[in-house]
Amino acid sequence: MTRPRVVVFDYGFGNVRSAQNSLLRVGADAVISADPAEALACAGLVVPGVGAFAACAAGLRAASGPRLIGERLAGGRPVLGICVGMQVMFDAGDEHGLVTEGLGVWRGDVTRLTAPVLPHMGWNTVIAPPGSTLFAGVGDERFYFVHSYAARAWDGPPGAATWSDYGGPFVAAAETGALAATQFHPEKSGDAGLSVMANWLAALR
Amino acid sequence: MRGSSVPPSGPAYPGRVSLAVRVIPCLDVDDGRVVKGVNFVDLRDAGDPVALAAHYSSSGADELVFLDISASHSGRSTMVEVVRRTAEQVFIPLTVGGGVRAIEDFDMLLRAGADKVGVNTAAIARPVLLAEAATRFGSQCVVLSVDARRSADQPSGFEVTTHGGRKSAGLDALDWVRRAEDLGAGEILLNSMDADGTTAGFDLAMIRAVRAVTSLPLIASGGAGEPEHFAPAVAAGADAVLAASVFHFAATSIGAVKQTMSAAGVPVR
Repeated sequence: MTRPRVVVFDYGFGNVRSAQNSLLRVGADAVISADPAEALACAGLVVPGVGAFAACAAGLRAASGPRLIGERLAGGRPVLGICVGMQVMFDAGDEHGLVTEGLGVWRGDVTRLTAPVLPHMGWNTVIAPPGSTLFAGVGDERFYFVHSYAARAWDGPPGAATWSDYGGPFVAAAETGALAATQFHPEKSGDAGLSVMANWLAALR
Repeated sequence: MRGSSVPPSGPAYPGRVSLAVRVIPCLDVDDGRVVKGVNFVDLRDAGDPVALAAHYSSSGADELVFLDISASHSGRSTMVEVVRRTAEQVFIPLTVGGGVRAIEDFDMLLRAGADKVGVNTAAIARPVLLAEAATRFGSQCVVLSVDARRSADQPSGFEVTTHGGRKSAGLDALDWVRRAEDLGAGEILLNSMDADGTTAGFDLAMIRAVRAVTSLPLIASGGAGEPEHFAPAVAAGADAVLAASVFHFAATSIGAVKQTMSAAGVPVR
């Protein structure tokens, strides 16, 4: 069995070590790197991200992330965004009125959740569309979320979004073409998360 | 057709999506070894934090907390190694606290694979540490640990303590929680020094008081002795419940606690 080469993009934000550990567990040849050539050449690129949208977007730009991700997607080469690594795929992020431009692969803005307790921290359920690659064979499982912002509307192809709810519905994952992303942390979601990682990896082979 | 798609709806939807209350075992680690370790049947070495973490993860723990109680400098570097090895094998969130003094400690622990870092005394000494850590690493990984007890000296009736409850920090506990939230803490770990060690149940009055002043996720700690103790802490306002000895001494299990919580109507994983 081949072990697909996966690069966890190390642009300074996100728990890259945990992402690498979970990918190794499900059989990837996973490395942590910020090298543009590696990021382009690998079978799959993981874009993690924690903290503020503005900081992550700036970090990603400084590491040529938008160009690398754009080139990969144009060539149909898989990219997986995690948490803020998902959020930056949208048009923009709005943090207390500070609007930061995202990569704009997906339409719409990332805005603050409305709930009595924030961040949304813990294990929540999701509703995946039929035919989802990421959630194939994954039953009624919970996934680990830590975030205060999310895409609360989906303007992409119907049936490409997985939804969750915390003070209102938000996009918990999305899959269009070569781009997949999760608002939750699959690398921290126990066996259910490893199944999602394994599904993404299986599609790279 | 492209258009703004809406989330799935219908009678089955609302009830199916809800955040679970987290059940979190805490391990005291001294120089790389679990203090008060127990012999679970499937564990060869009850003192190994990595093995115990894996055991708890497979038993349904929603998160783990390592509390480093090492006095020595070498103990701290040992802890980083323990975190690194745990993160290789255990795929649930890990919070590490104890002896965190500076931004460099956050950096070292997060790089090793911790998801959150708990800070207590150092934030009391220099509150801006919370802001610095939140700016650099994000609020989501900054856990303020508060050891509180009743005191007539403070307006709210609750004061902050240090040194395991032996010394007063001279701070009102509710004021401190409010201030920590403003500075950028992402979660509050509230340990009642009045309830701690009693195994008579969580400190519901203290949980209610803190819940009323913060919109951050609140982890309740101190006093758990049996599975029936956990649901009332949630009713009082806790988003997560933490316990140590009640799990370690196999007085009860994560599964039994979750079953009892679920029977009381609390959503669990």
